[in-house]
Amino acid sequence: MIPGEFIYHRPSSVAEAVSLLVSHGDEARPLAGGHSLIPMMKLRMAAPEHLIDLSGVADLKGMQEVGDTIVIGAMTTQHELVNSDLLIAKLPIIRETSLMIADPQIRYMGTIGGNVANGDPGNDLPGLMQCLNAVYVLAGPDGEREVAARDFYEAAYFTALAPEELVTAVKIPTPPAGHGFAYEKLKRKVGDYATAAAAVLVTMSGDTVSSCSVALTNVADTPLYAAQASEILNGSTLDADTVTRAVAAAEAITMPAADGRGPAEYRTKMAGVMLERALARAAERAKG
Amino acid sequence: MSEIEQIPVTMTVNGKKVQRFVEPRTLLIHFLREDLNLTGPHIGCETSHCGACTVDMNGMSVKSCTLFAAQANNAELTTIEGMANADGTLSALQEGFRQMHGLQCGFCTPGMITRAHTLLQENPDPTEEEIRFGIAGNLCRCTGYQNIVKAIQYAAAKLNGRDYQEAAE
Repeated sequence: MIPGEFIYHRPSSVAEAVSLLVSHGDEARPLAGGHSLIPMMKLRMAAPEHLIDLSGVADLKGMQEVGDTIVIGAMTTQHELVNSDLLIAKLPIIRETSLMIADPQIRYMGTIGGNVANGDPGNDLPGLMQCLNAVYVLAGPDGEREVAARDFYEAAYFTALAPEELVTAVKIPTPPAGHGFAYEKLKRKVGDYATAAAAVLVTMSGDTVSSCSVALTNVADTPLYAAQASEILNGSTLDADTVTRAVAAAEAITMPAADGRGPAEYRTKMAGVMLERALARAAERAKG
Repeated sequence: MSEIEQIPVTMTVNGKKVQRFVEPRTLLIHFLREDLNLTGPHIGCETSHCGACTVDMNGMSVKSCTLFAAQANNAELTTIEGMANADGTLSALQEGFRQMHGLQCGFCTPGMITRAHTLLQENPDPTEEEIRFGIAGNLCRCTGYQNIVKAIQYAAAKLNGRDYQEAAE
């Protein structure tokens, strides 16, 4: 399997990368870790005439805490997310989730920007970013703009990202210390996309939930922020009745495809099971 | 004939500096096997699942079937051909794979050993669970995982100055 021909570009700045995207339009594709794009190119399902390798853009690397926000450069790899002391201390759910992406080799190459920008409903980070209420920074010919992860995804592989724009960073509000979290993913084997997965972030005040956020992965064309389920859980004591109602509300918004991972009804049910497990584990971890 | 201009790539492979012109679409696995005659890294699935093409690039295990040679420009690469000790004797990992019968058909072995090499660089004394998680990107179709794990444990023990007591399955 050999990809079609293309001209290789390796810009060293965001401005240069954007100007290449502008001049080549639909014929250009940015290359991050390449583990979604290169397989598609090998199958000739993608045949960009210009490939813009972002690995030389230093500004897209690294992460830092700015006030009450953690800013992660788009070219930060999943391996770097897993091993970041900052994230382990402040946002451990990112490590937990990243460790469930693909396999070690792919995590060395795969990036947060590629994972969130590609619009593949099977990717794990988009749902997580919706749970965390992250914002994506997009750079285009007219400068920067920000789009919330919860507004970014339109359909499978269709997002708010314009062809001449790049995701340059992900901004995540730092959750309060002592928050509970869990990412539960059901998969057939290591490296598989989720049959269904759920991300939960919860803060407790004593026995009461003071804030809760829930999102689901790979049970629709897009990741799903489960607004109603989050609302039901908010202010509750996570008693069985409330959890049952929240799970039902989350299941109600799923629209999974029937595929090798199972029939649609099964995947909807598994989204509920993942949510229930994630809630239990997040509550156990929360220090209220 | 292609109208696309070839591009220069320079890299250090198994300690030796190489410089070639390649078509931009050349995958690293093809560059290694066909341009450099390093046929240790294998083409298994060609879809980034099996890990037979694994090589070390700048201290990272990568699947060379899912990387353009151009992306490895200026990188330091190690393939199975670069795994033996400088004096030509087997490295601890190679010895482990021999002693513990860590291979049957042998097709996955170059990828397994190169991956295990990088794993042990990062985590010199891994638990069995960490080894299994660490080689999750490498498939053995003979399903000889028990002995592959033991081979890596053997190497870790040796590198940490311990004797490995277990026998191969």
